[in-house]
Amino acid sequence: MNKSEEYRVVLFYSTSAAIKAESLAKKENLVVKLIPVPRNLSSDCGICLLFRSQDKLVIEDLLNRGKIEYENIYPI
Amino acid sequence: MIYLDNAATSYPKPKRVEQAMVNFMNNIGASPGRSAHRLSQEAGRLIYQTRENLAQLFKVNDPLRIIFTLNITEALNLALQGILVPGDGVITSSMEHNSVMRPLRDLERKGVKVEIIPCSSRGEFDPESIKKRIKKNTKLIVINHGSNVIGSILPICQIGEIARKHGILFLVDTAQTAGCYPLDMEKDKIDLLAFTGHKALFGPSGTGGLIFGERVNIKKLIPLKRGGTGSWSEFEEQPDFLPDKYESGTLNAVGIAGLNEGVKFILQEGVDKIHRYELLLTQKLIEGLKNIPEAIVYGAEKREDRVAVVSFNIQKRLPSEIGLKLDEEYGIMCRIGLHCSPASHKTIGTFPMGSVRFSLSYFNQWEEIEQALEAVKKIAKEGRKLK
Repeated sequence: MNKSEEYRVVLFYSTSAAIKAESLAKKENLVVKLIPVPRNLSSDCGICLLFRSQDKLVIEDLLNRGKIEYENIYPI
Repeated sequence: MIYLDNAATSYPKPKRVEQAMVNFMNNIGASPGRSAHRLSQEAGRLIYQTRENLAQLFKVNDPLRIIFTLNITEALNLALQGILVPGDGVITSSMEHNSVMRPLRDLERKGVKVEIIPCSSRGEFDPESIKKRIKKNTKLIVINHGSNVIGSILPICQIGEIARKHGILFLVDTAQTAGCYPLDMEKDKIDLLAFTGHKALFGPSGTGGLIFGERVNIKKLIPLKRGGTGSWSEFEEQPDFLPDKYESGTLNAVGIAGLNEGVKFILQEGVDKIHRYELLLTQKLIEGLKNIPEAIVYGAEKREDRVAVVSFNIQKRLPSEIGLKLDEEYGIMCRIGLHCSPASHKTIGTFPMGSVRFSLSYFNQWEEIEQALEAVKKIAKEGRKLK
């Protein structure tokens, strides 16, 4: 991951959904990474999917196509 | 040693199953879906990959509609107890395993109406006979795909068609077919597919699962267990989304690592090829048994309509005696008795004595079948009379 880039995270309801999203994103060669959910975004202990802000539309489309329910997308 | 008890648990497994389990213990080890560190993520990915591979095998659109259980008994209990409430009706066949019959008998005591449709003594099931039994309150049809006693295949596609027409859910017990007989959630019109990992899917014991088709309303299906899921941790209520709703407690990750390799092996070999090979062996076995004058072979003869499970008896001899001799004198492992399915044995007329069951796998060789036939022939000729 490049430090100068802007990133966002997708928060999911389940870790299985996060892993499914990661799997779909990697199949499409998107730059993503599973990270712990930042404490300021949730009190949960789960993981979220980090991606480049420039890929926001592509990621949203991917989540819709994969029928993955997600809580929200946040800039970090 | 010759192992012919694959309908109970398959043995041996492809070598890669063991290797994946050892690799998990040595190099991954962590809890899937619980913590965010790399080993937990690795474990989580492995579980997801297994769902993907199972989805490919059973033609499931969304891998997250596959949930893992301890075995198929747990999966069937979840489906039956989760769907049926007092006042509901359920239809099943007279060839079911106790993993279906016992939960149904329990539900019957609680006010669920259970309709059991008889099969012929050869294990044949007429799908049309269902139509007459459907009532207003019929909510579910549950059928085993392949008999664990005589290896007959039940016409799930036609049954599924009828279920769909009447707006009834269709649950299929694939204990004897998953991995060795073609299965397709969509084409076979299955709403709930229960599978076990330790038979023809070549996984270890302690693995299995349930797959929910699109017609199953998850909001209405009650879980068997409630507990930690690694998600929604701020709430003390059970999550109501898949797969977490039905996967409380840490999964058998090391077992699922093994199951994943079993499924990958099957995908590489091809279910059709596995099925064809097992049929060839089964055909030879049945022919050989029929040439033994004292032997009685049960079930359907049609080769394409069966899995590699064969039941037989030797006239005037007890299955227990035959089983003991096969094990002690010939090193042949099989299963004798009622095979957890008194209903099936009542249907084919072998209750309460049961039968001797040979069940084969993709790893059996023709020479082993020849040796087993030779052993049965010799035991039959000994002709010891039933006291």
